[in-house]
Amino acid sequence: MDLHSAVENDTNIITVNAKRIDAGVAIQFKDAMRASAVDGPARVILDMSQVAFVDSSGLGAIVAAMKQLGGGHKIELAALTPDVDKVFRLTRMDSIFVIHSDMEQATSSRRAG
Amino acid sequence: MTSPLRPDPLFSKQFCASDAAVRILLAELRKWLTNSGLDEDICGSVEIVMAEALNNIVEHAYSGAGKGLVDVSVTQQTAQLSFTIRDEGQPMPDLRLPDNQLPDANGPLADLPEGGFGWFLIHHLTHQLSYERQDDQNLLCFTFTTNNFGKT
Repeated sequence: MDLHSAVENDTNIITVNAKRIDAGVAIQFKDAMRASAVDGPARVILDMSQVAFVDSSGLGAIVAAMKQLGGGHKIELAALTPDVDKVFRLTRMDSIFVIHSDMEQATSSRRAG
Repeated sequence: MTSPLRPDPLFSKQFCASDAAVRILLAELRKWLTNSGLDEDICGSVEIVMAEALNNIVEHAYSGAGKGLVDVSVTQQTAQLSFTIRDEGQPMPDLRLPDNQLPDANGPLADLPEGGFGWFLIHHLTHQLSYERQDDQNLLCFTFTTNNFGKT
């Protein structure tokens, strides 16, 4: 699982360089998230713009990624593609994660938040 | 040989259950649905349902063994696309469809659910949904309503 991490303005922006987060890569995703986030800033924004599809295993892995970081980090999501957005909405996980429509909104909401 | 009385499957694939094979099947199915002119929104719903149903077969019916046969076929009846998935794995618990319930996500961070979303998505997105155990096979059937299939 290819994740790219860049720290800007004390925010860890993690870009998911993959088309899918599914049952086949759920564990790798969770492990890669830990490696990318654990020693970084508390605020994490996950750029999902390249991810076209997330199944329930992938959704579970995103939840697990947040849980394993504990209360010290907060994962926000940005730029969900239509099918991924649908999975988050239907399962009500859009109420668990802060979701930004795009990366610009995600990074500019820092000052307001 | 085709019969004019019974619709032949428009799409039909057999494969050995594994995460990798599911991924390939989903890509082929999605491409076929898109090329058939189906709304992208419905294409997405079909892919979500198919992914959950097939993942369930890989993980539970065949318990991750990765060597069971799965047969997927799609037929069209007027404004409905009917999907049938057969496998030869373990039957569903109590020989019935799992419940249509979202896991509880109201607790603290450490108690958030990491699974249990799959059957909720399947129930929620399909029009009709049925499960049968027939001749030592699991038979899952579901339909989607569509009005623009095959019109491009």
